[in-house]
Amino acid sequence: MDPLAAKFLGAGLACIGMGGAAIGVATIFGQFLAGALRNPSAAAGQTTTLYLGFALAEAFGIFSLLIALLLLFVL
Amino acid sequence: MADPIHQFKIDELFPVVKIAGQQIHFTNSAFYMLLAVGLTAALMLGPTAGRRLVPTRMQSLAEMSYEFIANTIRSTTGEQGLKFFPLVFSLFMFILVSNVIGLIPFTFTVSSHIIVTASLALLVFFTVIVYGFWKNGFGFLRLFVPRGIPIYIMPLIVVIELLSFLSRPISHSVRLFANMLAGHITLKLVASFVSMIGAFGYLGWLGATLPLAFTVALTALELLVACLQAYVFTILTCIYLNDAIHPGH
Repeated sequence: MDPLAAKFLGAGLACIGMGGAAIGVATIFGQFLAGALRNPSAAAGQTTTLYLGFALAEAFGIFSLLIALLLLFVL
Repeated sequence: MADPIHQFKIDELFPVVKIAGQQIHFTNSAFYMLLAVGLTAALMLGPTAGRRLVPTRMQSLAEMSYEFIANTIRSTTGEQGLKFFPLVFSLFMFILVSNVIGLIPFTFTVSSHIIVTASLALLVFFTVIVYGFWKNGFGFLRLFVPRGIPIYIMPLIVVIELLSFLSRPISHSVRLFANMLAGHITLKLVASFVSMIGAFGYLGWLGATLPLAFTVALTALELLVACLQAYVFTILTCIYLNDAIHPGH
């Protein structure tokens, strides 16, 4: 296979990982909303936990985006 | 298209000292690190020098960041963790200020280099190991042996716990570095779309408003990420320190 084509294919494949991060982030916000609508008075105290979970889940999408960007621009 | 990696280039500003035939330069990275430390020191020392009973705006900013970190440590590690307050607070302020400085166009982001974040993460890692053994002796090894696990799966659990402990500095450092690097590359790519589409004339200017608006939204997201990743680094530091203070699950 042409090395350039393999590089672009690899970058595209690496981006599949971002789908997993999207599922994770959606689960976190969806579950938070479901919980917050049941007990709105307790929701305000959990926003830091919410953002912490969001940042931890989002980091894995960033990892795969990083691999794609490194393939495209550095290697 | 402009190379989006170029913004992370380290420039040698002037030579400082020669160690074992290796010339050590003062780089732009070192300059922005000093700038971050200087800004933090100015924010913390300047407004609190007067110590008014009714704080000025800057004084309450310094006091609020102090209380924020103190509460974070208290809620994750308990009162005993407060002896690590200087370490955790310095880490938080350094990462936060250097991330936010990096968002200003034409500046350099210190935390977008893995050597910087890996140094910070290894500092935390070795602090946990040294303090854990110093305080608990070999009781620190209880960290790898959870209670209430059937004895026949214990060898597997110990290996998994050990691996997860050893991979902590990697995930701790790559999380901050990758967020900063990917965020800045994405900003640069979307911003270069503006000039690329704008080159098509009047219709291009109309089309370029879309990536321009997207750049503004992305900058806001990056501001959130810059603050959030500083907080995530801090709270993970607290969680790891908690293992050294209270080993055993």
